[in-house]
Amino acid sequence: MTHALEISGLKKVYDNGFEALKGIDLVVKEGDFFALLGPNGAGKSTTIGIVSSLVKKTSGDVSVFGYSLDKQLAQAKQQIGLVPQEFNFSNFEAVWDIVVNQAGYYGLPRKEAEQRAEKYLRQLDLWDKRFVASRMLSGGMKRRLMIARALIHEPRLLILDEPTAGVDIELRRSMWQFLTEINRSGTTIILTTHYLEEAESLCRNIAIIDAGKIVENTSMKALLKQLHREVFVFDCVNELPEDFSLPGFDSSRMDAHCVEVAVERGDSLNAIFTALTEQGVEVASMRNKANRLEELFVSLLAKK
Amino acid sequence: MNYQQQWIAFSTLVRKEIRRFLRIWMQTLLPPAITMSLYFIIFGTLIGSRIGDMGGFTYMEFVVPGLIMMSVVTNAYSNVVSSFFGAKFQRFVEEILVSPMSNSIVLWGYVIGGVARGLLVGLIVTLLSLFFTKLQVQHVAVTIGIVLLTSIMFSLAGFINAVYANNFDDVSIVPTFVLTPLTYLGGVFYSIDLLPEFWAKVSQLNPMLYIVNAFRYGLLGVSDVSVGLAFGMVGLFTLAAYGYCLYLLNTGKRLRQ
Repeated sequence: MTHALEISGLKKVYDNGFEALKGIDLVVKEGDFFALLGPNGAGKSTTIGIVSSLVKKTSGDVSVFGYSLDKQLAQAKQQIGLVPQEFNFSNFEAVWDIVVNQAGYYGLPRKEAEQRAEKYLRQLDLWDKRFVASRMLSGGMKRRLMIARALIHEPRLLILDEPTAGVDIELRRSMWQFLTEINRSGTTIILTTHYLEEAESLCRNIAIIDAGKIVENTSMKALLKQLHREVFVFDCVNELPEDFSLPGFDSSRMDAHCVEVAVERGDSLNAIFTALTEQGVEVASMRNKANRLEELFVSLLAKK
Repeated sequence: MNYQQQWIAFSTLVRKEIRRFLRIWMQTLLPPAITMSLYFIIFGTLIGSRIGDMGGFTYMEFVVPGLIMMSVVTNAYSNVVSSFFGAKFQRFVEEILVSPMSNSIVLWGYVIGGVARGLLVGLIVTLLSLFFTKLQVQHVAVTIGIVLLTSIMFSLAGFINAVYANNFDDVSIVPTFVLTPLTYLGGVFYSIDLLPEFWAKVSQLNPMLYIVNAFRYGLLGVSDVSVGLAFGMVGLFTLAAYGYCLYLLNTGKRLRQ
């Protein structure tokens, strides 16, 4: 089976001597929704830059749907749509021109380019802004414009480098929905993000990169299974005494109305409720203290 | 990409480049028209009438070919350097770098944009000159050949400048400190026969002298230098610049990290 992306032994040393990638291996299956996570400076954008040929690799091999970047660069590029982290379109061009011109660069006839431009600009709610100069768009619209531009040649692999950075929650969720639909229609998606909740809800497989090395590469399910412990916060109706504690549990009083309790994987939450009831505490609501993936991410980086 | 796709990519880039300089015509087409009109009025009419004939022609007839060529050179160069550097500066050069277009298509797309602006400004200046003098083209092939080759050469030079430029100052250094002095000293306003022997020989090191004289030969039928040598030099410089531009694109120097 041909993989959407195959990277082996990829190294990158910048001219200033900084070793951004220290020989990474990565495989992304066709049709996957793949998350590439890592702290700032870990090597995510360098990896994406090399795959999209904006950054020159020092050594290693990269192939996109079987097309080697070294030997079949044009074919490999034809498979990729890139949504970079920073806005990279002409401030003076209109939305329509940016999208239609990009189609032209991929060899799409004008008529077909215009049909597709209409399709994607409508889907991404930019149709009314098609004749507006890109500099007049809001941040969220600019992000959507970059997605429309990346999709115009209908790539088999869509790479998004922090696509929802600085985007409000409502818009972020509508973008998630759009990306999920694109993925369902058969486009492989690779996503880098700082919003771990985003990766958790969208992606099936995940790689974590740190200091130029892949420190974890597995399915999202398998990764989340590694969580042994979760912390729940209980919001209580009545006021808790200063020295409140829950015997038999790792708990601590957060404030007059909140208590947090750590739970080992497999433990029943009913026991906690029973203990709270015995103490005369009435629970108003309960929530996870932190994003599960976020906790795992931090612990993984701390370990490696 | 098959040939049809390559043609679509190339024509997209050319159309974009031409639309860019037409959209900002107040910055690209109007200034040379005004500047050259002033040259025609001051140097051609006011001062020229006191200078008398030069090389068997009125002074106005003598300076017109050089002024047309000066406009072509400056505008072909400026178009590519400002457009490509602008694309680098705003990072939308990445639109092109991630696409499957070959490097030679990218280069020719920008070069043809520069040639188009150079020729359009040259045409505007030529039409303006007709208000001041009569022009009769003596050698059509030489005139068209040298103006095309020159605009290609300076578009390529503009591309090299854009690749190396780090800021907008770097974009204006060459036109201000190299192109303009070379053009002024390249026989636009005088025949090198008027210069002392030493300075006449020094002038022969100036490539603009050959370009201006070849164009003047095309229009008026006179030249201070060999027209064949002029074509040879411009052709050689064009080939060298083309090779270097492709080298820059193929290696990704200063374009890909």
